[in-house]
Amino acid sequence: MGDEERENGRRPRLAVWKFASCDGCQLTLLDCEDELLALSGKVEVAFFHEAVTAPDEGMYDLSLVDGSITTPADAERVQHVRAVSRRLVTLGACATAGGIQALRNYADVAEFRAAVYASDAYIDTLATSTPISAHVPVDFELRGCPIDRGQLLEVITAYLAGRTPDTPAHSVCFECKRRGTPCIVVARGIPCLGPVTHAGCGALCPAYGRGCYGCFGPSNSTKFPAFIPLLRRDGMNTLDVVRALRTFNTAAPEFDAASRKEELG
Amino acid sequence: MTVGTAVSTVLDRDGLDALITLLAEDGRTVIGPTVRDQAIVLAEIGSGADLPYGWGVELEAGHYRLRSRADGAAFAHSAGPQSWKTYLHPQRERQWTADLTADGDMEVREETSPPPSYAFIGVRPCDLRAIAIQDRVLGGGPHADTRYAARRRQAFVVAVECTEPGATCFCVSMGTGPAVGPGYDLALTEVVDGRGHRFLARVGSPEGEAVLARLPHVPADEETAGTARRLVEEAAARMGRTMPEVDLRELMRETLDAERWNDVTARCLTCGNCTMACPTCFCTTVEDVTDLTGEHAERWRRWESCFDVDFTHLSSGPVRASPLSRYRQWLTHKVGTWHDQFDSTGCVGCGRCIVWCPVGIDITEEAHALDAERAAASGDGEVER
Ligand code: SF4
Ligand code: SF4
Ligand code: SF4
Ligand code: SF4
Repeated sequence: MGDEERENGRRPRLAVWKFASCDGCQLTLLDCEDELLALSGKVEVAFFHEAVTAPDEGMYDLSLVDGSITTPADAERVQHVRAVSRRLVTLGACATAGGIQALRNYADVAEFRAAVYASDAYIDTLATSTPISAHVPVDFELRGCPIDRGQLLEVITAYLAGRTPDTPAHSVCFECKRRGTPCIVVARGIPCLGPVTHAGCGALCPAYGRGCYGCFGPSNSTKFPAFIPLLRRDGMNTLDVVRALRTFNTAAPEFDAASRKEELG
Repeated sequence: MTVGTAVSTVLDRDGLDALITLLAEDGRTVIGPTVRDQAIVLAEIGSGADLPYGWGVELEAGHYRLRSRADGAAFAHSAGPQSWKTYLHPQRERQWTADLTADGDMEVREETSPPPSYAFIGVRPCDLRAIAIQDRVLGGGPHADTRYAARRRQAFVVAVECTEPGATCFCVSMGTGPAVGPGYDLALTEVVDGRGHRFLARVGSPEGEAVLARLPHVPADEETAGTARRLVEEAAARMGRTMPEVDLRELMRETLDAERWNDVTARCLTCGNCTMACPTCFCTTVEDVTDLTGEHAERWRRWESCFDVDFTHLSSGPVRASPLSRYRQWLTHKVGTWHDQFDSTGCVGCGRCIVWCPVGIDITEEAHALDAERAAASGDGEVER
């Protein structure tokens, strides 16, 4: 909690902002059913379209931002969000890495627009989908598509306690081993993005026999030149590898560079 | 029967089943090998029926497959994805809780929940040594981990000698197997032949003796004892891997700048799987948890690894930022600096790090390569590969 709030004894004001996204990440807040009551006692939810109808006014102590920037209007609005936020935290793959909609970064948006809309006269869109950090300074980025409920609470409680959130940036493999899942790459030859993916989900997919999809984006130590041959060994061709890297975190710099490199061959 | 002598007895499959049931009836959580997720994992077992009778494994670097076995053996599979540290040194454990009192003080309580009383069925000789190594690291010295020590004190250990080493095993090089060393309550050797499926049992502690006395058993006949001995001897000759026969600690010290580290680092994913799978790796970090009220805090400890960049994070950044420095830390710690710290090697030759490395990096191959590079540098081209 900031010194100011502590001194004057008022509850910190929380805002939740939405940009281009499916809303899943901000809805995770409402999914914290058991903690909602305690939470509303500790923070004043001052702006949150999904839950309260109060108008946007004044300064917010903690802003949670969901979604990526895909329109000129949003590029402007995010400046306002930053200006009225003491601390700005991005929620999830869209806000942190541009989301799955960043697939447009590899294509011609004008062409899409012409194909999808009968009349595109009212469509004002940018050629790219970019993370919040490409537009304004961000204080903390929470990974995931969607974010993990426990990690969201960790970010909020850490903020209230004035400490750094504990969201380890090592690979999903750490969590997979801690969970006791026999590695599906080793024991079944199933391709898995775990070795290059940021932890946070608790290694959910491998526990159910599915390779990691990379929902939490790149880990703090990716080694693509060593890793991609492993995907190929387990049956992926170039298109498969590119597709595996181009999902929810396609524009995350490490994933983006690796997929472009594959495409060039 | 005398403790720790050659006096031995024989159990059949029903006898082994009775052992598991009896240990459970005595209030112990019985952990043993069982088949799950296409692997032989360690888990709580309720009876002999949960053991992987008829299952073996095919192992190679970065490769593990279950294979059915015609002989129906229960313990003819080598080290699986987990080790006993899963239970003795759990991946996440609470250390203390703290609450704000009415007068604004902080009341801190150390974790006092009673440690579980385990019985481990099927501890391999290499893993028995790994437990002894963790005893030295965690249970000894001025900063002994009392909760580890309590779990360890209460654990009843049924070791099983190795008669079927895996292609990635090298316990002979490390002096840890395939015959069982000290530290067990009961030791079994599985024998399956024309005379049936049975387990030669030896006693290693008064508690083991008391438990064995309550089971249906017969004195060991010479033939069973002889076959058991022969099977273990033969296993020693069938090791899939070796370490170079040199002073490994010295090898690590003298090759810190070797070119080979670049070679292995180019292949390493820095994923951390090797350290997590290793039965002796003990590293942890702490996580401090607060709740929304701000009046309750907890400290938890969880497994951590030297492959994590944040493992050495200081205010100036990570000490081991490069993947090379992290891979080198792992290998030099295991077989080199562990000696300086704990008076023994940190590797027992179980082969887990080789099998469970997704890209199949093999520490024995790396050690041989470092040895060869050192020999080449000193002008002695003749090296045993
Ligand atoms: S299954 Fe995937 S996440 Fe789990 S250890 Fe293997 S590679 Fe890593
Ligand atoms: S270093 Fe590898 S072989 Fe040695 S004890 Fe650890 S996991 Fe087993
Ligand atoms: S090898 Fe790494 S993780 Fe294992 S005990 Fe040594 S420093 Fe810790
Ligand atoms: S040696 Fe293998 S298991 Fe260990 S960090 Fe490197 S790639 Fe992962």
